[in-house]
Amino acid sequence: MGIYEPIETGSRSQRTFTAAGRILGALKLDGPLLVGLGLITLYGFVILYSASGQSWNRVADAAIRAALGGTAMCVLAQVKPAFLRRLAPFLFVIGVILLIVVDITGHIGKGAQRWLSLGFFRFQPSEIMKLAVPMTCAWWLHDRPLPPSFASLVTLAVIILVPTGLTILQPDLGTGGLILIGGMMVVIMAGLQFRVIFALAAAGATAAWLAWEYVLYEYQKQRVFMLFDPEADKLGAGYHIIQSQIAIGSGGVFGKGLLNGSQGQLEFLPERTTDFIFAMVGEELGLLGATILLLLYLFVVGRALYLAVETQDTFARLLAGSIALTFFVYVFINTGMVSGLLPVVGVPLPLVSYGGTSMVTLLASFGILMSLYSHRKLVAS
Amino acid sequence: MGTVRIKDHWAEQRLFEQRALIATIVIVTLTAVLIGRLVVLQVMRYDYYAELSQGNRVRVEPLPAQRGLILDRNGKVLAENRPAFQLELVRERVPDVEKTLQGLVDIGVMQEDDLDDTLRLVRSRRSFESVPIRLRLTDEEIARFAVHRFEFPGVDIATRLTRWYPHGERAVHALGYVAAISEADVKKLEKEDQLSKYAGTSLIGKLGIEASYEEELHGTDGSRQILVNAAGKSVDKQGTLKADLPVKKSVAGRDVITSIDLPTELVAEQGLIGRRGAVVAIDPENGDVVALVSTPGFDPNPFTRGLTRAEYGALRENLDVPLLNRALRGQYPSGSTIKPGLALAGLVYHDVDPNATKFCPGIWRLPGSSLAFREGRTGRHGAMDLRHAIAKSCDVYFYGLANDIGVDNMAEFLGQFGFGSLTGIDISGEKPGLLPSKEWKRKTFKRPADQIWFPGETVNFGIGQGYFLVTPLQLAHYVSIIANRGTSYKPRLVIGVRDPATGEVKRFPAVKNEEIKNVSAEQWQIVTEGMAGTLRYGTAAAFAGKNMTYTIAGKTGTAQVFTVARNQSLDNQKTVSDRLRDHSWFIAFAPAEHPRIAVAVIVENGGFGSSIASPIARNVMDTYLLDANGQLKVPLPPGTVPLTPGPGYGPLTPGKGTAAAAAAPPKEDAPGTEAED
Repeated sequence: MGIYEPIETGSRSQRTFTAAGRILGALKLDGPLLVGLGLITLYGFVILYSASGQSWNRVADAAIRAALGGTAMCVLAQVKPAFLRRLAPFLFVIGVILLIVVDITGHIGKGAQRWLSLGFFRFQPSEIMKLAVPMTCAWWLHDRPLPPSFASLVTLAVIILVPTGLTILQPDLGTGGLILIGGMMVVIMAGLQFRVIFALAAAGATAAWLAWEYVLYEYQKQRVFMLFDPEADKLGAGYHIIQSQIAIGSGGVFGKGLLNGSQGQLEFLPERTTDFIFAMVGEELGLLGATILLLLYLFVVGRALYLAVETQDTFARLLAGSIALTFFVYVFINTGMVSGLLPVVGVPLPLVSYGGTSMVTLLASFGILMSLYSHRKLVAS
Repeated sequence: MGTVRIKDHWAEQRLFEQRALIATIVIVTLTAVLIGRLVVLQVMRYDYYAELSQGNRVRVEPLPAQRGLILDRNGKVLAENRPAFQLELVRERVPDVEKTLQGLVDIGVMQEDDLDDTLRLVRSRRSFESVPIRLRLTDEEIARFAVHRFEFPGVDIATRLTRWYPHGERAVHALGYVAAISEADVKKLEKEDQLSKYAGTSLIGKLGIEASYEEELHGTDGSRQILVNAAGKSVDKQGTLKADLPVKKSVAGRDVITSIDLPTELVAEQGLIGRRGAVVAIDPENGDVVALVSTPGFDPNPFTRGLTRAEYGALRENLDVPLLNRALRGQYPSGSTIKPGLALAGLVYHDVDPNATKFCPGIWRLPGSSLAFREGRTGRHGAMDLRHAIAKSCDVYFYGLANDIGVDNMAEFLGQFGFGSLTGIDISGEKPGLLPSKEWKRKTFKRPADQIWFPGETVNFGIGQGYFLVTPLQLAHYVSIIANRGTSYKPRLVIGVRDPATGEVKRFPAVKNEEIKNVSAEQWQIVTEGMAGTLRYGTAAAFAGKNMTYTIAGKTGTAQVFTVARNQSLDNQKTVSDRLRDHSWFIAFAPAEHPRIAVAVIVENGGFGSSIASPIARNVMDTYLLDANGQLKVPLPPGTVPLTPGPGYGPLTPGKGTAAAAAAPPKEDAPGTEAED
């Protein structure tokens, strides 16, 4: 079924469809996933336009990032999975080294050492680790029997916990947690026994308690406190949660209308273009708009999981599964935080929140996912 | 696991598919949870959050009502509003209220003493409300704050209209003053359901007309909803929507027109400068208070910015009690000013022959006892009839008269003139004085021995000493009743209100009291003639009786502060300190034929009655009655029979001063200057 073969069957639109499918296939891209991601990104532009006070500059800026991410996606989709697999351990090692560099000499950004400046360009090594850790885990497991053996698990633990620890030390609890989750998703999809998962969960709870007692910074504890009693400090740490819930709640079923959300437009809602942009959606577009966005995410995650299942080797499956699930975890943590279900952690809403490198890394990861799917060897069917 | 496990691709594929299925279930479940949460927020709690959001974006800004002016009877301004700068604070925008206030003290725009009160005030107000923490800043304070402004986020200078009394302490005891609304005021307003009218008001009437006519003066505060952003700044639009929020207009308070005649008021005050005392002048024809003075006064203007504790303490502890409204609350023995009243009582109850003379030897003995009562200061008057006894204030005559009438008749008769009860003036704080009787004494004293009324006490009452106490207002009211021959009105300071928008004036009708009917016209005439004699040849002739162009009927009085033993003759002027000297009284009305003004003047520790108090009264009457040419502003009705001080005295000849004194007096005493009480 070559791309140049003439299409002679079906209606005009069917033919167009088939032609588009062929082109995408040739580009190693996945149509439905592309459409899902595109819709979410466009939705993000619309709400960013409102959240930024009708600033076309911001939207243009976001569009540039999306274009960058899209390019990264297309490029990565062309890369053969085997190359990615071989690349994984090197990427990991470089990432760890960079993390250590950041920890020691990193520039101060927002009170934490997260950035590494390359003169014209600043980036967060932890952002690379979000991809490098699951890749390395999948690389480690790809030729080992599943479910992983105990020895494998120990190695995996090191692969996951070293960058996680280094990131938390920055201190960046949110990203550290996301790296941990990205790695854990690989292990879980690799068939880790449920009793082990539960045991780990129990251990994690204990670790969380210990971290609470001995490791966490005061501001991090505050965020957790606020979840349980936001009213305690209305104008301090609880302000974000209260205002974002007011924004969402006052939006009602149909919302106040784009550009008409008083919480957002009058700046009561903090971080409204970044971490709390979902509250803008809730306020201006209502339950309807927020649900549509959530369903778009659900579609993307579903499609990504489907592609993961359709891949043929262990490395591809595990990495694709991890990318799909991690994406959902981002969505859930952000929307859960904004709607007051989870504590406030600095996790942006994927593809919608403005700023940072997350748009590029996310689209890059979907590029990898597409590559994993589209480079499978077609066995006789 | 000793054996090397072989990868089983088929099984691994199955395992992954199984995991993917579980993941899908978890993902769908979590998404459902999220949507459920949104339903809770956006559907179930919609009303709650919608209201919070509205409360966020809209701030109610009060529109203070402009307080009504206070005007004198001719429209001259006694109290007005003018812009002043005040310091306001919004609690939510101040990082640390206590520190901020302390900082304001440090730069000298607030007083250390006021910190606690201010803090309480700030905390008692609603959130995001701008609370005035310091009223009426001086230019220097404004400059000082301006320099340090950046150190005080949430504190700002606002321009507000504040009360201003252009005449300072003049008429303060009639006008009262306004000051910051206290917690007690808030409670009172809440009880009267008036608090909503005060949303933007920081000052409230505390005393006098300002307090009594608060409801007329204040008006109703309005409000305006304004769109604010998170920084509390007012914005005119939000997104694409323009703010279209309701405005409730304020209703300005009404101007209050008082009965005060400003020139008369000022003259009365002028007379009392440097003295403790009071002047009350009433128009007998309607009860309008022409002047109401109590000195020393105080400047009401600082009250609008809030007195410091030290300032207030100084006012309170001042030995001359400037805060005391002597006109309404000062209770003094009436002294001889009561004699015209007793003369009437004698005519009514005892059928006294006004022309019969009694001999005054300078001392009077109570029949059937050894008690002797002396003439005030100067020995003997000789033969006295009723008119002369009033004009010359002969104590001996009235000792006998009082003894003849008896205390209960005196109390009953004088009660008709309002003694012992409130006159009902339209500002609060009035005291009733004390009108003694046998009944009163029985009720008041505990020991049976004290409950008996002694005949000697009646005799003392006859010259206005003893238990009998009156206020200057009561005496003015009393003399206005004599002037109007039994007809009287409730004294009042406010005669109407004016709508500031339309200029429409609503006048309040005068409230008539019950008439005194048991006194005949002839009897009124006799007493009035006696009082006219006071100015012509009697106790005030030398001090207030010169160059009269109209007839004045008056009576001097001396209220003893220091009780002199009954059988002693003591010239207390020399032996007692200043503050124990007698109070000096003078009451009068004029023109005697057709009275337009009735005056009572007291000068505390003024010593002998006529010399100090009577010229003040004369000035007050001249100012009120005469025009620039010294002629009556309102001439006497044509055909008015000039009043003479009694048989043998000719009518007053305008321009010739005390020419009447030349007329032959019927008795052996020379008319004129012999000051007697």
